[in-house]
Amino acid sequence: MAKRSSRNRMSNEINAGSMADIAFLLLIFFLVTTVIAEDKGVLVKLPPWSEEPPENMKLNTRNVYSVLVNAQNQLLVRGQAMEIKEFKSHTIEFITNPQKREDLSEAPTKALVSLKNDRGTNYATYLEVYNELKAAYNEIWEDQAKKRFGRPLEDLNKTQREEISSSFPLVISEAEPTKFGEEK
Amino acid sequence: MSKFHKKQGNANPTISTASLPDIVFMLLFFFMVVTKMRDTELKVAVNTPQASELTKLEKKSLVNFIFIGRPTLKFQDEYGTKPRIQLGDKFSTPEDIPLFLEKHKVTVSEGFKDRIITSLKVDGNVTMGIVSDVKTSLRKAGQIKINYSAKKRDRTK
Repeated sequence: MAKRSSRNRMSNEINAGSMADIAFLLLIFFLVTTVIAEDKGVLVKLPPWSEEPPENMKLNTRNVYSVLVNAQNQLLVRGQAMEIKEFKSHTIEFITNPQKREDLSEAPTKALVSLKNDRGTNYATYLEVYNELKAAYNEIWEDQAKKRFGRPLEDLNKTQREEISSSFPLVISEAEPTKFGEEK
Repeated sequence: MSKFHKKQGNANPTISTASLPDIVFMLLFFFMVVTKMRDTELKVAVNTPQASELTKLEKKSLVNFIFIGRPTLKFQDEYGTKPRIQLGDKFSTPEDIPLFLEKHKVTVSEGFKDRIITSLKVDGNVTMGIVSDVKTSLRKAGQIKINYSAKKRDRTK
């Protein structure tokens, strides 16, 4: 009987004060261990596979922007060696052809980028070249967005974007790599 | 007026902390849900190069990953130092890619099958030969939307 009375005197609540501490501890643990996965990359659409060899298209050489990245990671653009630093501005000039030069593209819609690499080309170099090509086009598109609509590219709606990208289409044709410099 | 004056004076000025655990638990659950523990052990060392023109991969369930890189120290005795492909959690060859894609495809609901993206996580220090083989294999398997995984950097001037 004495026991029961003592139990009654005790408050029969669990002290929840430390609950917050425990929860905080867990929270901080998860905060520290969380790495919010950032998955970003250069989006590329590969050409669909076909068994037949591609048709031999007659292309005016002035419209073809041939880019070669060799096994020594050197860049050859339209037969000329080039540094990666100059590559983007050179590409922009080729596509837009502001001075209407005879040797650059007739029109942006006719321009075609032909990218070729060796099997021994470093992946980082290849991606950098690809990235510069995309950057060149992105820069042109941003420029056009300002000129035509007076707004930055990301504020345009879908039809406006399509209008720009159809007048400056990004066409990258990738040839089968040559066998040079393959790692044994 | 008397209504407002009643309690003044003997009110105990403590804030109840009883709801604090609830708030913290809410935060905790948020982070627990958002956190993604790495489910595949990387057997190849992948240090992706930097690029500026990046696109974010939106839907995680629509993405499958192909890793290409040199085997990590632990696996070098067995597999050497030549670049290798890792699909899921094992070393593979380009011939295994169609099956790998198919296995991922069945987990995707019908309407989204054409929006599947393959993310290539490739070490910057790998030659294009193996990457080309993977690309060819992807094209043959009809997977043409790919994403070269890269780290963010600013665009060159």
